[in-house]
Amino acid sequence: MKKVKVYITLKESVLDPQGQAVMQSLHNMDYKDVKDVRIGKYIELLMEDSADVAEQVDTVCDKLLANTVIENYRYEIEEEVHS
Amino acid sequence: MKTAVIVFPGSNCDQDMYYAIKDGLGEEVDYVWHAETSLDGYDAIMIPGGFSYGDYLRSGAIARFAGIMPAVIKAAEQGKPVLGVCNGFQILLEAGLLPGAMLKNKHLKFICETVNLKVENNETQFTTLYDKDEVIRIPIAHGEGNYFCDDATLKELEENNRIVFTYSGENPNGSRADIAGIINPAGNVLGMMPHPERAADALLGSDDGLRLFQSILNHWRESTHAAYTS
Repeated sequence: MKKVKVYITLKESVLDPQGQAVMQSLHNMDYKDVKDVRIGKYIELLMEDSADVAEQVDTVCDKLLANTVIENYRYEIEEEVHS
Repeated sequence: MKTAVIVFPGSNCDQDMYYAIKDGLGEEVDYVWHAETSLDGYDAIMIPGGFSYGDYLRSGAIARFAGIMPAVIKAAEQGKPVLGVCNGFQILLEAGLLPGAMLKNKHLKFICETVNLKVENNETQFTTLYDKDEVIRIPIAHGEGNYFCDDATLKELEENNRIVFTYSGENPNGSRADIAGIINPAGNVLGMMPHPERAADALLGSDDGLRLFQSILNHWRESTHAAYTS
């Protein structure tokens, strides 16, 4: 089995109101060194071993997991160790 | 005119839409469950507001793959009027029937209030009973109505008169170019964040929304009449 770690982030050109609110809160807490906050999503997929895992992940990211009008995605594929 | 109101798990404006058509217009209307696969026999399709699938992942992202959606896309391609309101608009964006995407409201608050809307285009089949530039009072109720599109899309929308409604006065959610509603190039798929079905009776505070449904009905009558006489 493969564990796929998918990271979804807002595109640079898209304003992130949530990130702005969190940054404001951090500044209010006196963490003035924080210069920007961008909030994204982290999704884990557990997938069967197959030759086209990456291809399948690209497809599900494009179709469902990310909205490529406003979001970018990247992912890491790891070997899932059975316990 | 026979109308379908699509019902997803989490839709909550389906009954308002139903009664706007049944009592406001006096026309035949059915609820159609999201797991159905056909919309044959319906003349108009309404995708109501709410929180389909709990807004999980993104608003409209999961509803876009519901069993009924291929039939909605087919109806749109056949030229039938398709109206998406609020979550319905978000679903039309996710489905690619309209361009762009929704972001969280600029000030993050869920906003529930009646706003002034400007009718930018009164030549669509949804807006013929409004005057151009008329300001109407319609409620909004959303947390993610901050419409976003890239520069090329905005230019295309502006040049082809596809921005149908804008917020007049203060923009409540930070949407690009004050956009509140847009239409597809063929002019039969309208998405809008404000709720005309909640303003379909003066008892509810405004009946400005009723003329949108009456416009659809007039257009349908004219087109079916033309079909019979030609």
